[in-house]
Amino acid sequence: MDVTIIDCGIGNIKSVKRMFEAVDGEAEILKDPAGIEGAKRVVLPGVGAFDAGMGALAQAGWIEPLNRLAAEGKTPILGICLGMQLLCRRSEEGVKPGLGWIEADVIRIDTGGDPKLKVPHMGWSVTKPARDNPLLPLAEQEEQRFYYVHKYRAVCDHPADVLATATYGTYFTSAISRGSVYGVQFHPEKSHKFGKALMRRFLELPC
Amino acid sequence: MLSHRIIPCLLLSDGGLVKTRKFANPKYVGDPINAVRIFNEKEVDELMVLDIDASKERRGPDFAMAEQLADECFMPLCYGGGIRTAADARTLFSLGVEKVCIQSALAGNPGLVREIAERAGEQAVVVSIDVKKDWLGKPKLYSAAGVKPPFADWREAVRGAVASGAGEILLNAVDKDGTLSGPDLALVREASSIANVPLIAAGGISSLADIRAATDAGASAVAAGAFFVFQGPHRAVLITYPRYEELRALWS
Repeated sequence: MDVTIIDCGIGNIKSVKRMFEAVDGEAEILKDPAGIEGAKRVVLPGVGAFDAGMGALAQAGWIEPLNRLAAEGKTPILGICLGMQLLCRRSEEGVKPGLGWIEADVIRIDTGGDPKLKVPHMGWSVTKPARDNPLLPLAEQEEQRFYYVHKYRAVCDHPADVLATATYGTYFTSAISRGSVYGVQFHPEKSHKFGKALMRRFLELPC
Repeated sequence: MLSHRIIPCLLLSDGGLVKTRKFANPKYVGDPINAVRIFNEKEVDELMVLDIDASKERRGPDFAMAEQLADECFMPLCYGGGIRTAADARTLFSLGVEKVCIQSALAGNPGLVREIAERAGEQAVVVSIDVKKDWLGKPKLYSAAGVKPPFADWREAVRGAVASGAGEILLNAVDKDGTLSGPDLALVREASSIANVPLIAAGGISSLADIRAATDAGASAVAAGAFFVFQGPHRAVLITYPRYEELRALWS
C-alpha cells in the first residue's frame, strides 16, 4: 500500500481513496489504529467541528500511535481540511487541544468586512506556494486552484511552516508543513487535475 | 479573484437525465453517467444532481445511481431527491457524495437539517427553496412534489433553513426554470440579503452575463441546467461549460 487513509468517521474518505487510485496509487482505508505500524504514508482527512474531530481520534485510540509516527519524522503525513487544523495546537472553534505537531493556532476566517463574502468560504481559490515544496513546487508554471470549504484557518507561529496561501477577503494560510507533516485546508480529492497532481506528488514523497 | 461557483444542475427522471420548463414537461437529454463524465472532463466547479421523481413517488434516494455518479466526480457532488432521514444522508456521504439537497422532507421533519449538520457539518446540507409567482405576481413558496411547505412565506423558509443549520440555500425561480430568459434578480437580491450563508441562484440563466448579474445581485454561486445542456434555438442537446479563462474574465 502506498498510502493509508485514517477512518475515524469524520471525513469523506471514499473520495480521498478514489483520487489516489486515479493517480495509480494503492490506497487503503484503516479503521483500527493497530494497523498503522508499517504504513508508508498516512492521510488524515476530516470535515466537521474541531472538538468532534479530536474526540473521534481519541475515542478510537489514534492519538498515541499518530504522535509516535510524527515524532519519528519518517512517515509523510497529510492532513486535509479539518485534518490540517487538527495538526495545530488549538482552535477557536473548540476547547480540546489539537495534535500540536505544528506551532499554529486555528482562528475564524476574516473576510475583511466584505458583506458579499459569506462564511463558510466555499469554492475554488487560486493557491500560491509560499516557498518551494514538494507538494506545490514553485517550478509549476500553471496557476493552481483548489476547492475550499471552511470557516476557520491556521495561523503559524513560524513563517517557515507556511506552505501556501490563498485569499478570501484577506490573505490566509492555506497549507502548512514541518518536516514530514503536511496539512492542506483545501480538498485536493475534489480539485480535478490540480488535486490529482498534488496527490501524485504526495505519493512520490520518500518514506 | 474567482470565487463564485458555477454549478450545472442535472435532473433525474425515470433513470434518465431530463430538463424541465417551469418545473414541468421533462425532456429527455441523455444518460446521466455519460453526462456527468463529460462535466467532469470539462472540470466544472461543482455538480448538482436532483432526482425529481423520488419525493413525488414517496420513495427514498437512488443510492446505486448516486454511487455511480460519485465515482465519476473529481469535484464536489451534491445529490438531492428522496432524502428523508439522517441515515439516508449518511449513506450518500459514505458513497462519496459531499452534499445533500433537502426540501420535501422538511415538511414532516423540520429537525432533519440540524440532525445531518451536527454529524457531517453544515457545509454538507443544502436546503432547496422553490419560489413561484402567483396570479398577482407575488412570489410564493412552491412544492413540485405537492408537499405542504412548513412555512407560509418564502422569506420565512430561507430564515428557517439557515436557523436550522443549512450550509447553503438553493433558490429556484420556478417561473424561470428552463426558459433561458435571465435570472429573477429581484428575488436573488432579496434572498441574499436574508441568508447569511452562501446562496445558489437557479432559474433562467442563459449567458455568462446572466451569471455575472446573479452574482452582482448577491448570489455566491449560480446553478443552471438548460444553459449547459441545450444549444441553439431548437434546444439541441449539447453539453457545454464555460472555459476557466472566460469565467475569470467575467469577474475581473
